[in-house]
Amino acid sequence: MSQTSDPGNRQILRRLLIVAVMMFGFGYALVPFYEKICSVTGINNMMKPDVMGNTQIDKTRWITVEFDSNTRHDLPWDFIPEKKKVMVHPGELVHVQYRVTNKSADKVAGQAIPSYSPALAAQYFKKLECFCFAKQTMGGQESRVMPVVFAIEPSLPKDVNTITLSYTFFMVEGATKGG
Amino acid sequence: MTTATHVTDHAHDHHDHPSGIMRWVTATNHKDIGTLYLWFAFIMFLSGGVMALCIRLELFQPGLQYFRPELFNQFTTLHGLVMVFGAIMPAFTGLANWMLPLMLGAPDMAFARMNNWSFWLLPPAAALLMISFVVPGGAAAAGWTLYAPLATQMGVGMDLTIFAIHIMGISSIMGAINIIVTILNMRAPGMTLMKMPMFAWTSLITAYLLIAVMPVLAGAVTMVLTDRHFGTNFFNAAGGGDPVLYQHIFWFFGHPEVYIMALPAFGVVSQVIPTFSRKPLFGYHSMVYATASIAILSFMVWAHHMFAVGMPVTAQLFFMYATALIAVPTGVKVFNWIATMWKGAMTFETPMLFAIGFVCLFTMGGFSGVVLSIAAVDIQLQDTYYVVAHFHYVLVAGALFSLFAAVYYWLPKWTGHMYPEGRGKVHFWWSMIAFNVTFFPMHFLGLAGMPRRIPDYATQFTEFNTMATVGAFAFGIAQVYFLFFVLLPTIKGGQKAPQRPWEGGQTLEWEVPSPAPFHTWEEPPARELVDKLSAEQKLH
Repeated sequence: MSQTSDPGNRQILRRLLIVAVMMFGFGYALVPFYEKICSVTGINNMMKPDVMGNTQIDKTRWITVEFDSNTRHDLPWDFIPEKKKVMVHPGELVHVQYRVTNKSADKVAGQAIPSYSPALAAQYFKKLECFCFAKQTMGGQESRVMPVVFAIEPSLPKDVNTITLSYTFFMVEGATKGG
Repeated sequence: MTTATHVTDHAHDHHDHPSGIMRWVTATNHKDIGTLYLWFAFIMFLSGGVMALCIRLELFQPGLQYFRPELFNQFTTLHGLVMVFGAIMPAFTGLANWMLPLMLGAPDMAFARMNNWSFWLLPPAAALLMISFVVPGGAAAAGWTLYAPLATQMGVGMDLTIFAIHIMGISSIMGAINIIVTILNMRAPGMTLMKMPMFAWTSLITAYLLIAVMPVLAGAVTMVLTDRHFGTNFFNAAGGGDPVLYQHIFWFFGHPEVYIMALPAFGVVSQVIPTFSRKPLFGYHSMVYATASIAILSFMVWAHHMFAVGMPVTAQLFFMYATALIAVPTGVKVFNWIATMWKGAMTFETPMLFAIGFVCLFTMGGFSGVVLSIAAVDIQLQDTYYVVAHFHYVLVAGALFSLFAAVYYWLPKWTGHMYPEGRGKVHFWWSMIAFNVTFFPMHFLGLAGMPRRIPDYATQFTEFNTMATVGAFAFGIAQVYFLFFVLLPTIKGGQKAPQRPWEGGQTLEWEVPSPAPFHTWEEPPARELVDKLSAEQKLH
């Protein structure tokens, strides 16, 4: 029952320290683990094209799709949809465009993140092509038209008649320390 | 208040160890370190309490009266951090330091110098948190959970908070290692694991939880730090990161953390209730297994804190059922405490009052927890005052009341003086009533939809908020009363405490004189004594 000199005590100490270090690593291991789970279950698939299930066009319904666009973190871009809203039938393939202009003289990269209102609509809103699937790099003063091709699942609940699709472009470069 | 007690008080400090301030700076004695931990925790409790009173002051009436919203957010954040990491956790580590060697028949903790370090890391960490109020941008204001993306955006106060968490985490891990080694290797001959006092069991399991999850929290806040300054994108959506990931990592730590604060409380109550019921603890083995199963289950339920982020129904169901399952071992404990009291020769000294208060109010907190475990209900109640009411029932009426029970229970052993019983009872009833006046109305506020962490509210919430504020100030004054009219007088003097102030006490700490001498159990307790006490507690 002696104290620090007891070799048994030191051995447990060593083992417990190893466990503590391993748990620190485990915290980091949760990052790839989480990404794997999200990609396997398809929870976080904002960056991939969607697959359309039912392509039957429902001519009896009209859905208003509104487009909203924002930039964040002093990203020096103009980012404007060519149309503020469109009327579409569920199942119909729709092509819309955004005009993006880099106002600065430098090359800047940005990533657009979509968001939907009502949030429920997200799972029925299928983007087959989108500039938000990849990082967009714009040269100094460059101007470009960026397309989105989408369709709305005909199984969209009956009480949803308007969907707002909102994109926010975030600056990607370097340390993004905000404040 | 006799001078005679002073003589016995200090007679034991004059061997080879330094006196005055250096006694504390270089402390390696488990009793000195325990005392340091407990005073540190009490000071932090008062500091966090002042922040809580600032929050309640602002919420006394609708509208913005006293504090800017930014400062209000800093108060809510720091109140949580200070109470969790500065008050409750160090208080239980302090109790473990003071009492485990006494209860197990060990001469000291296993690693005395490491013990000194694990305490002295805490004051700098607390200083970082307090300094952060005056740096540009103020203290961290992202809530005690420090969710990304808020945490990746704020000013230098967030960096100070992250460093403080790192330091406190290292301190907790070292303290936990000390507790585990002491319990596993330094018990008196004849005291098998299944004959240990329940407080030792809950401390052991808590220490394992700490070692498993404090490093995960350290990892999470390190990721926040590198996201803020070194261009990583763990939680930064624009760079391909995911803020929801932070919540998963945080709550993987956060839910076991809940039990890190609750299990030692169970241990204290499991010592106090048998003593004042004059009966052995009912269902000792089931208590041990229940504690272990709560600890294991606590690793599988973290996502119930984040039902609202949107997760597949299967995941919601899994976390909902796993969470509800925790009610089973917790229920075992509550029934065991009640069965211990059943037909016991009960008396109601202050420690027992706090322990019974604990059982009643903790059970209510447990019930609101079961309500919140239901995913559909939780999404409705997420971030409302119902949640605030729930966790204050388990942390204030749970952890804090058990700490008061422990302090009153062992104060005669620590100081050699009996505390004034009448004043102790006043403290209990005052706290009990003020606590309920403060937190019970919050259930109604939450059900009616009042959001937490907001400095203003709709006028229909006024009456309950006014009530809560009045209760909070009454509760605060009760703790000042405790300090000046119970604690300090008992330390300075008072009726001399016998070696065995509670006739029902059947653990080893009552076999040493009061106050406990500087060195105890240098010779381990006799085998016959350990066996006799085990038999009295019906432990085989």
